[in-house]
Amino acid sequence: MSIDTETAAKVAKLARIKVDPAELPALAEEFNTILGFIEQLNEVDVTGIEPMTSVTPQRLKRRDDVVTDGDQQAAVLSNAPDAREGFFAVPKVVE
Amino acid sequence: MSDLNKLTIAAARDGLRKGDFTATDLTEACLSAIEVAGALNAFVHHTPEVARTQAAAADERLKGSEEAPAMCGIPLGIKDLFCTKGVPSQAASAILDGFRPEYESTVSQNLFDAGAVMLGKLNMDEFAMGSSNETSTYGNAVNPWKADDGAQRTPGGSSGGSAAAVAADLCLAATGTDTGGSIRQPAAFTGITGLKPTYGRCSRWGIVAFASSLDQAGPMTRDVRDAAIMLGAMCGHDPKDSTSADLPVPDFEAALTGDIRGKTIGIPREYRIDGMPDEIAKVWEDGTAMLKDAGAKIVDISLPHTKYALPAYYVIAPAEASSNLARYDGVRFGHRAKLAPGDGITEMYEKTRAEGFGAEVKRRVMVGTYVLSAGFYDAYYNRARKVRALIKRDFETVFTDGVDAILTPATPSAAFPLGMKHDDPVQMYLNDVFTVTVNLAGLPGIAVPTGLDGQGLPLGLQLIGRPWEEGDLLNTAWSLERAAGFVAKPAKWW
Repeated sequence: MSIDTETAAKVAKLARIKVDPAELPALAEEFNTILGFIEQLNEVDVTGIEPMTSVTPQRLKRRDDVVTDGDQQAAVLSNAPDAREGFFAVPKVVE
Repeated sequence: MSDLNKLTIAAARDGLRKGDFTATDLTEACLSAIEVAGALNAFVHHTPEVARTQAAAADERLKGSEEAPAMCGIPLGIKDLFCTKGVPSQAASAILDGFRPEYESTVSQNLFDAGAVMLGKLNMDEFAMGSSNETSTYGNAVNPWKADDGAQRTPGGSSGGSAAAVAADLCLAATGTDTGGSIRQPAAFTGITGLKPTYGRCSRWGIVAFASSLDQAGPMTRDVRDAAIMLGAMCGHDPKDSTSADLPVPDFEAALTGDIRGKTIGIPREYRIDGMPDEIAKVWEDGTAMLKDAGAKIVDISLPHTKYALPAYYVIAPAEASSNLARYDGVRFGHRAKLAPGDGITEMYEKTRAEGFGAEVKRRVMVGTYVLSAGFYDAYYNRARKVRALIKRDFETVFTDGVDAILTPATPSAAFPLGMKHDDPVQMYLNDVFTVTVNLAGLPGIAVPTGLDGQGLPLGLQLIGRPWEEGDLLNTAWSLERAAGFVAKPAKWW
């Protein structure tokens, strides 16, 4: 599998990271180095093996579905780059 | 009393209980040592006010009770990955510039509840992605150890600041985290002890997430006894982390009997990698002989899928990172890029993440995005998770066959000069060749310093234990430590 600059641009877009078009060829090359390393996994016979989903076999803990927290608006917003009137503020989303 | 900053946790605990010195004395000794150690760039946020307040409280507590916890009054460094309330916590990333958490991580809270003192926050690789502490927004942390060439060396990574600080006696111990070797590799590079507990032993709540199925916090200490003491204070069930194990916390220190007669130690043949330096092979052989002399039974074992651990890791860890790091969007905390007129929310995300993330973090987020993307999910991500299942099964098979612990080198080399491995990311990844299997299988692993190489740099060995048997693992490590008698310290140049 070889990644071209077009694929690199697509991945950057999916990851929401702006990449200067001039940097795309180098980025594609780095991806290819790493994916080349990963390709070794194709040597392994994984027939009949289930993908590992849990590190230790355990049922995830559950708790009662009740409110345990609240009234933390100031704490929640305290690190926001832009908070107004009790909300996170962002650029216009819908035209 | 001088040199209090050089004490072990155990010695400091005993001295505090006897009243030989106070927690304030200990803390001041460490703060003085930190003040003149700027060249190591280990502490990146200093919290002397917090430390003095906590030390005074510890002194009150020690006065009032003979039964104060072992960690009461012990000055620690905290890796920048741990959220500490009101104190900068930015995972060594520019994207979290200015972030001051409104909450305390469970591990640091547990330590503070036990009376421990926080001296400050420690340098690390950005988002714990790196093996040399060279991806940090704060600049490189520097290894206090130097070889004859005088070059500045890496303390390892990602917990490089933690390792440098403990090795240079800036604190009695430090917290670290380990996703692929980030506690054990830096510990080996700096001649200290580093323990990665079983996955689920320590709560991950409040620790900035890198790869959630691999991340685990642990102690970085001067010796094995201190690792046992500190782990006991860090761990325990936490309802706020659904993968935290609801198991009792044993007295790990009490497990240190020094008796390993009849224990079976496995030596995995797949770890004898091509091109292994003679000095690494030698410390491994020496360590094997030490455990044998202590009465352990040595057996050759096979972990056939070892070779595929790093490639599987470099699918799984970036995949999880790409998901975890999606939260850095410039909306709720941290950095937001300055926008041009007409920029919408997508431009805000893209510019913020481009400015805030360093090169290695971007690379891994994008690799993770790629392996999870439509059409490649099965070929990469699912295949890697299947290989992970096989790696775990390899370990389960040898444990079922009666192996109590596995002895391997901790690293493929001693600490290398800063700036040496920048060109090829895959070369840097190979640093974790002996440690990464342990994270994939969720097992406990400990690095113990056992010797020096020809240039006078420390080398370490790794012991891998059965899940949840940290006590037994620590006891084996303690036997190894006593037999090796490693007492070398770096000559002070900073």
